[in-house]
Amino acid sequence: MSTYATRKATNWIMLGLCGLCAITATVALIAILSYTIAKGAPAINLQFLTSLPQPVGETGGGISNAILGTLLLVGLACVIGIPVGLLAGIYLSEFGGHRFGSVVRFTADVLFGVPSIVIGMFVYALVVIRMGSFSALSGGIALAFIMMPIIARTAEESLRLVPTTIREAGLALGIPLWRTILSIVLPGALTGVVTGIMLGMARVAGETAPLLFTAFGNRLGFQGLDNPVAALPLQIYRYAISPYSDWQSQAWGAALVLIALVLITSVVVRILTRKRR
Amino acid sequence: MRGDAVFPAVTFLAALAIIALMLLIVYQMTIVALPSLERFGAGFLTGTTWDAVTEEFGALPAIFGTIVTSLLALLIAVPLSIGAAIFLTELAPSPVGNVVSFLVELLAAIPSVVYGIWGLFVLVPLVRDPLQRVLGDYLGFLPLFQGPRFGVGVLSAGIILAIMILPLVTATTRDIIRMVPSTQKEAMLALGATKWETIWRAVLPYGRSGIVGAIILGLGRALGETMAVTMVIGNAFKISPSLFAPGQTMASQIASEFAEATSDLYISALIEIGLVLLGISLLVNIMARLLVWRATRGVGGRLKT
Repeated sequence: MSTYATRKATNWIMLGLCGLCAITATVALIAILSYTIAKGAPAINLQFLTSLPQPVGETGGGISNAILGTLLLVGLACVIGIPVGLLAGIYLSEFGGHRFGSVVRFTADVLFGVPSIVIGMFVYALVVIRMGSFSALSGGIALAFIMMPIIARTAEESLRLVPTTIREAGLALGIPLWRTILSIVLPGALTGVVTGIMLGMARVAGETAPLLFTAFGNRLGFQGLDNPVAALPLQIYRYAISPYSDWQSQAWGAALVLIALVLITSVVVRILTRKRR
Repeated sequence: MRGDAVFPAVTFLAALAIIALMLLIVYQMTIVALPSLERFGAGFLTGTTWDAVTEEFGALPAIFGTIVTSLLALLIAVPLSIGAAIFLTELAPSPVGNVVSFLVELLAAIPSVVYGIWGLFVLVPLVRDPLQRVLGDYLGFLPLFQGPRFGVGVLSAGIILAIMILPLVTATTRDIIRMVPSTQKEAMLALGATKWETIWRAVLPYGRSGIVGAIILGLGRALGETMAVTMVIGNAFKISPSLFAPGQTMASQIASEFAEATSDLYISALIEIGLVLLGISLLVNIMARLLVWRATRGVGGRLKT
């Protein structure tokens, strides 16, 4: 057995190392954020945010196509993903039988873990091949599939936090169960449900891999749902790996815009969830 | 009362849709990968040539690259994550813990492509010099650290993956450690153990299966991570014992080549890689979920109907 002194020394050394680990994780975040701000901020101005990309070889131009494209894709994902995700969440929390409920819950968790690039290939096979071209619609569908399990699981978690007595109170007033759930239980869990939706939006807004062969990207702005559409992450990727320094600095600018979008959403989510507790 | 018949049925359909989607993914991918499956059979997994001209496709280097980068990421991220999780739950005063937790969660929210651009322009130069210089000069006798020092390569990919899975593993481990009953810790402290001994011999063993689950969850994330890896790994299709060499993972290969794939067989081969990736990540995720689930299960307040 070691002596008291060595035990105490081990104690402080190991606890110190744990602190160091936490510091390392924090430093990584600060390094990434500060570098993106430092490189991205100079690239951002009104013209950058509101104009289309210039033809290849000319400097200047902006990312308005990518910003609008990302908003459109996330919007499409919401239109498809929210109803299914929310209803599945309600099923899991309110109706799901023990066994089938567990299967659905488990599938949703596993689906959440499917690499996003695989979802992209799947939608390519399912939609793009059949439609014959890359399209905004296929991009929205891919993002919706990624969003669904997130919304379903967070909706379920927050509906479960509503006490049983609330449901019993509704039923005791003679309100049918479905009205009780939609008009009493759901509003009670609204903050949590909205949080889940925003979390899903933040996650898919930053997704690149599933868009590579669905939305594909373009340099022209919106051309209709059945045509390729640009997206911020796609444009960052293409510009970052390009050999032109002008494009690379635009990639940093776009990265800053994207990070701002995603982090603001995450912070709002954080504030919403804190109020709930 | 009709609503009470219709509404549960509608929600049931939505729940069913999630299962159907999962099955459809497997089915649809298999269908499109069929030409490649039939042509190469099991040899696809062990083939080392990837030639679009002669249409000879084998996935071994990509599988190898995926495993090496993921293991490297775990090697770096797991000790850091467990240390940080211990700090958050057992050591930090509550306000500090909250702030650090918040920052780590933000790290998880940063999109993968932003990690990629940061990795490409900041991390890769740092890996080239000093990291590869120091490793090459002092440990250069190991095959792991030999060869030209490009910066881009397996080492950079492993490091960027480590940073990316750090928040997930930290947050999950933190939740697991929080579930350890305080009586366990009190008993250990009452026996005269130091704080570290309590953590090492009571807290961590109690949460072991959950922590293993958290690590496997991190592995699942690392396996399928695409953009950041594609941007820093160098995209070279070969198996090299050196961590300095450029490589390829399954995900990065799909991302970098799919747009150029012209022939049906080429596309089919890439989708088969996706199918292999799907299979591996399903396996890993199922394992991880089972472990984490067992450790952190709770019940809700719904009506017992």
